[in-house]
Amino acid sequence: MATQQSRSAARIMMAPAVILLLGWMLVPLTMTVWFSFKKYLPLRGGDLGWTGFDNYVRFFTSSAFWPSVQATLVIVGGVLAITIVFGVLLAALLNQPMWGRGIVRILVIAPFFVMPTVSALVWKNMFMDPVNGLFAHLWKLFGAEPVSWLSEASLESIILIVSWQWLPFATLILLTAIQSLDSEQLEAAEMDGAPPLKRFGFITLPHLSRAITVVVLIQTIFLLSIFAEIFVTTQGAFGTKTLTYLIYQRVLESQNVGLGSAGGVYAIILANIVAIFLMRIVGKNLDT
Amino acid sequence: MARSVTTRRKTLNTLFAWAVGLLIFFPILWTILTSFKTEAQAISDPPVFLFFDWTLENYAAVQERSNYMRFLWNSVIIAGGSTLLGLIIAIPAAWSMAFVPSRHTKDILLWMLSTKMLPAVGVLYPIYLIFIRMGLLDTKTGLVVVLMLINLPIIVWMLYTYFKEIPGEILEAARMDGATLKEEILYVLTPMAIPGIASTLLLNVILAWNEAFWTLNLTAAKAAPLTAFIASYSSPEGLFYAKLSAASTMAIAPILILGWFSQKQLVSGLTFGAVK
Repeated sequence: MATQQSRSAARIMMAPAVILLLGWMLVPLTMTVWFSFKKYLPLRGGDLGWTGFDNYVRFFTSSAFWPSVQATLVIVGGVLAITIVFGVLLAALLNQPMWGRGIVRILVIAPFFVMPTVSALVWKNMFMDPVNGLFAHLWKLFGAEPVSWLSEASLESIILIVSWQWLPFATLILLTAIQSLDSEQLEAAEMDGAPPLKRFGFITLPHLSRAITVVVLIQTIFLLSIFAEIFVTTQGAFGTKTLTYLIYQRVLESQNVGLGSAGGVYAIILANIVAIFLMRIVGKNLDT
Repeated sequence: MARSVTTRRKTLNTLFAWAVGLLIFFPILWTILTSFKTEAQAISDPPVFLFFDWTLENYAAVQERSNYMRFLWNSVIIAGGSTLLGLIIAIPAAWSMAFVPSRHTKDILLWMLSTKMLPAVGVLYPIYLIFIRMGLLDTKTGLVVVLMLINLPIIVWMLYTYFKEIPGEILEAARMDGATLKEEILYVLTPMAIPGIASTLLLNVILAWNEAFWTLNLTAAKAAPLTAFIASYSSPEGLFYAKLSAASTMAIAPILILGWFSQKQLVSGLTFGAVK
């Protein structure tokens, strides 16, 4: 039983982590909200006073806003669709009996450990380059005209790069979930004459629904803020300017801090909407 | 009743799975291979796969041109430092939440997780400003602190999950035998917690090593780690595929190896225990 003494000791031991995270959350957040109500241009006059909700209105109505929301949604949606569909298929495949499963699993999850700047640059230059890229060689082999991927199919290219990075994450989590499936249930269904596709659709897939939800939520939070992949490839050109990249440009490139901060508040609200759902699932799991 | 699997089906599975695995791994394999080619061979048409004159000149060139070792050292310090600092702060916190839970433990854990959801770009300027004011811009110290803070929730969560699995009765027995709190932590808890701490350390080194928002935005020449060094290849001069590949191979090799050891912990670590 916890005594009064050990309880106060526990509080002291928790304090550094709690205080640090509290500071990390509150101080910058307060500053962002503060700046968002100001006309603040560090390189052109500095703090030019309060402007009310002006920045929020201007960010919302600027011509770059809706395209950036659209680009964000297309990238997040595209990557989610690809990683979930192929993640489920890969997990189901890796769960089958085979030789060298450990090695195959390592091959499949390896991309997750590649730093974002490396994967983006390798894809950009060695695969997607219209002259020297492997795709260009492959296209020429079949007599087709090489495509300059990052300008002509920019969103698709970004989606491909990011999906390659996140497919291992989805696969690994879904594989863990599949392995916890009771095999007796599947065997019973098999003996009752259910064909493989039906067994997959009516037993495996429902069993995976929770894991899929978790993958969707966690990936969404990370995908909403992808940055390096765009920074080293298109720099936001060719319609790949996501909300995150737009805010980055407003804040650091054009140094319009007030406007960028208003955008930041929008991004925080958006991320929190997703986070609430994730926290519910995680919280439920804590009770058991 | 165990199902017997026909050899034919197993062979088909194996072939298909290996083909898919190699396809997914191919970009990494191709990068490693290209790093051993000359620049001319790296862009030869048609591409050469294995039959070229293997050379180490790119590795020498990368080091010579840009002092690669310095970036590597920055990465080691930043990833290692932030993880160690995080562990020092998180171990007591996770310990107390696992063994002396209160009514608020669950709320505190969830709140900590929620700080992880804060989009970095939303607080980019405040952090940038604080860094300038405190002279932390382009310093390893600054990045160690920031990366420690963004990974602290994950560290606390992972440790909490591991500590939860240690039976509390053993600690009570130690207490009955007259062990002080310090002795209890040092001689009873720590040895049992080592595997959990080790995997937490591993996963967080990987996350910090690959972090590419703060490392790109808060460093310039001095404290730049490998993420930023590689990004400098985004506006290249002349032929550079082989050199890019050599630099990339060196940047990802240590983490690939660490990653293979940590694949088991990855799932529970990255889903905050929601999938086990």
